[in-house]
Amino acid sequence: MNANIKSVVYDPLIDNNPITWQILGICSALAVTTSMNTALLMSVALTTVVALSNASISMVRNHVPGSIRIIVQMIIIASLVIIVDQFLKAYAYETAKKLSVFVGLIITNCIVMGRAEAYAMSHDPKMSFFDGLGNGLGYSLVLMTVAFFRELLGAGSLFGIQILPLTSDGGWYQSNGMMLLPPSAFFIIGFMIWAIRTWKPKQVEEPDFKIHEEQTPDLI
Amino acid sequence: MEAILSLLVKSIFVENLALAFFLGMCTFIAVSKKIETALGLGIAVIVVQAITVPTNNLILNYLLKEDALSWLGVTGVDLTFLGLISYIGVIAALVQILEMFLDRYMPSLYNALGVFLPLITVNCAILGGSLFMVERDYSFVESTVYGIGSGVGWALAITALAGIREKLKYSDVPDGLQGLGITFITVGLMSLGFMAFSGIQL
Repeated sequence: MNANIKSVVYDPLIDNNPITWQILGICSALAVTTSMNTALLMSVALTTVVALSNASISMVRNHVPGSIRIIVQMIIIASLVIIVDQFLKAYAYETAKKLSVFVGLIITNCIVMGRAEAYAMSHDPKMSFFDGLGNGLGYSLVLMTVAFFRELLGAGSLFGIQILPLTSDGGWYQSNGMMLLPPSAFFIIGFMIWAIRTWKPKQVEEPDFKIHEEQTPDLI
Repeated sequence: MEAILSLLVKSIFVENLALAFFLGMCTFIAVSKKIETALGLGIAVIVVQAITVPTNNLILNYLLKEDALSWLGVTGVDLTFLGLISYIGVIAALVQILEMFLDRYMPSLYNALGVFLPLITVNCAILGGSLFMVERDYSFVESTVYGIGSGVGWALAITALAGIREKLKYSDVPDGLQGLGITFITVGLMSLGFMAFSGIQL
């Protein structure tokens, strides 16, 4: 694998992560993270769609007039999502049921549209495919981390296997019910962003207003 | 009537699209720095949502469902797998029509909404509303009410967040949390607040 492809794939993992830095595709990142299983399935679905859509959009990029490119991208993405959706319904019905509308919502997931617009329209199919793969993996990384904390602290299990024995089953771990409710997802992502930006201070945003140092009044 | 009212309250507060289902988060976070723009976007979402959800309901019931084409004399056809692509097509087309209509007849509103109208096509809250309508099997009346209610709920949430963020500018936030981080935690707290509505039964 040459260095170029490597950087295209690895860059979106931490440095240029679609969720914590580009603010793309947050909707589904939060909703499907109550258990590792659903998060994994969602990650695989999204990575597949974004890699393939990037590659196919890049293949037709020179034949599509600029004024109708959005609708063309939309149709390509929607068709890929339909394929993934039907596939999941056929082979992973139970988990697909839990994902409910969120597989369909990959269509409007900004990562897919965003990468198509920002990268695939100006690069060749091979690089676009790897860019999609990288961004999909960056998204998956965040999704799995959030799901890890939510499932472990909320239900004491990982991938449905009990790790911490719950008090309700005679164990010692008192589960934190809030972790399974929507607000916890926001907190975890917020803290994740804090951690990443402490590690990579380059990503810190400038505050709108600075608080001045306290000035000692001149007392002659 | 009571069921309709209950659905309205439920879709605005209890099952708030933004705070309980995380839909439309990208725009929710990105366009909530000022109250005026947030309100403009909120109104646009209400309008589009109130039109697209019932329209998609008609499409589902008269074109896509199993045997839905019987009014054309065609039976035994099940086109539900075409759902996703039809809904997004309807949304894109309606947004485009609405944009041209507003440009022609209500230029002031058109200018106020500005760039937000086209953005709405890719707002997950809109497609999400339609998909929930399908999943929960709403009737035409119910889907109209649900469309309006969920739009109002989303608008309420984004305006409230913009209000908080306007105040938050002046506070001393740790470096790493500046901007995106603190916004997430604020939204988390708001979501926690909205959970208090979950016990409401009408």
